[in-house]
Amino acid sequence: MIRLEYRDVTMRFAAARGQRITAIENVSFAIADLEVVSLIGPSGCGKSTLLNIGAGLYAPSAGQVFVDGERVEGPNDHVAFMLQKDLLLPWRTIIENVMFGAEIKKHNGAERLRKARGLLESFRLAEFADRYPHQLSGGMRQRAALARTLAVDPSVLLLDEPFSAVDAQTRIMLQHDLAQTLKRAGKTALLITHDLLEAVILSDRVLVMSRRPGRIIDEIRVDIAGRDQPLTRRQDSKIGAYVTWLMQRLDIGEAALDVEALPGTA
Amino acid sequence: MIGTDRSALVRRGTIASIMLLVLFLAAWQWGPGLLGIPHFIVPPMSMVYEEFLRMWKVNNLPFHTGITAAEVLIGFALGSLLGAFIGYLLGISPTAEFALSPYILGLQIAPKVAFAPLFILWMGFTIYPKILVAILIVFFPVMINVLTAVRGVDPDLINLARSFKATRAQIFWKIEFPASMPSLFAGLRIGSTLAVVGVVVGELVGGNSGLGYLLAFGEGQANTPMVFVTIIMLTVVGGVAYLAVILIEQRVLHYMPARALGGF
Repeated sequence: MIRLEYRDVTMRFAAARGQRITAIENVSFAIADLEVVSLIGPSGCGKSTLLNIGAGLYAPSAGQVFVDGERVEGPNDHVAFMLQKDLLLPWRTIIENVMFGAEIKKHNGAERLRKARGLLESFRLAEFADRYPHQLSGGMRQRAALARTLAVDPSVLLLDEPFSAVDAQTRIMLQHDLAQTLKRAGKTALLITHDLLEAVILSDRVLVMSRRPGRIIDEIRVDIAGRDQPLTRRQDSKIGAYVTWLMQRLDIGEAALDVEALPGTA
Repeated sequence: MIGTDRSALVRRGTIASIMLLVLFLAAWQWGPGLLGIPHFIVPPMSMVYEEFLRMWKVNNLPFHTGITAAEVLIGFALGSLLGAFIGYLLGISPTAEFALSPYILGLQIAPKVAFAPLFILWMGFTIYPKILVAILIVFFPVMINVLTAVRGVDPDLINLARSFKATRAQIFWKIEFPASMPSLFAGLRIGSTLAVVGVVVGELVGGNSGLGYLLAFGEGQANTPMVFVTIIMLTVVGGVAYLAVILIEQRVLHYMPARALGGF
């Protein structure tokens, strides 16, 4: 069963002097139930735009997006997104922040409290339920943001570089938490990241986007067992080959050569 | 900064502040005499204190202080409400802001105190023109701060709410309104001191009550100590208003880290 599908999605923006910029062009892919797919690409290639279209925040210039077989025509109950910024509201306690989405959607009060408590418990945040965001570390805040995303019970999670603002050790822990949660809660996810290793260890498949106008130029299937165990996967002998392949697809080696060719550095 | 540092800072700061006050009062009491400055230019502290006691009995100082305080309170409250209301309105409606901004800018540049004589022409020697000047002068800092805060809300926060299918009203009440609180209070702090300025100007221009009236009366009689007493009383009224705003602010913004709130 297909959870999320992009069909020939193109997005153009009006730019300065009446020009129009094509951010993404004819992007098509599908994500099956319980699949975790990463999207990598050079910065500015339209990855975040693609995700915002999926969340129903922007309408694409052409093409369609389907979630659970329904066409996305605006924000909907099937998807929830999480960004690099935790977006916790400073005037709400952690548990109030976790309940934010459910509160907006006017879910039953006792039910959303019960659910938020359970989520905080599973993210090791139960004792911080009544603290304010500024009293928590970056990693804890990001876990709270993930709990808020799950609290509305979406079938698809859209994650836009969720761990790029935390330190390396915290990131490893957060990756583990995310992988476990996706498995346990039975969620489908689209993950945007610039960390190639993260893309490989967390996903079933990795999609590679080109420079602007962004297109899907490649797709690899990660053939390593234990997607819910990124700590183990990280040590697998095949990891290096996958990362090297992705680097080549993104022309990362070539970009380094370009820098050396700059006048004055030669 | 660690906790013990903070308490040491408070202790040292308090001692220094008190010493500065003693030094100032001593200079005020004996400085003019030592420098040969006549009493009608700078009356020493004791003389001002005696004048204060005399005004309390003879000139009905408590009554005039009460009138001024009431005008400040009413003008500040109404001006803040109006400023906040218009600020939020313009904040959520870019069209309204675009249409109204030239007029708001014009009114903001116009010196508000210059309206005092006009308001007195309209409403006579009552308390109303004074309140009106205060409303006008408090309105702008509050409105501008609220407007800027609503405009400055992180668009990703709005998108987060939108992704949960929030209505426009929910976005306002759950995101924009609470997010504007720190700026609103910064505006209220400025407004609380400006309210006193507006009221005093109104009282100076015309009327027979309030501290501004006593100020003009003292000037007319060349009674320098009386002018000093009135200025001090005005400062007290403004100080109480400012302190009240800070106390409410600390209550409302209790979720902020302590250092972000700042002191008095």
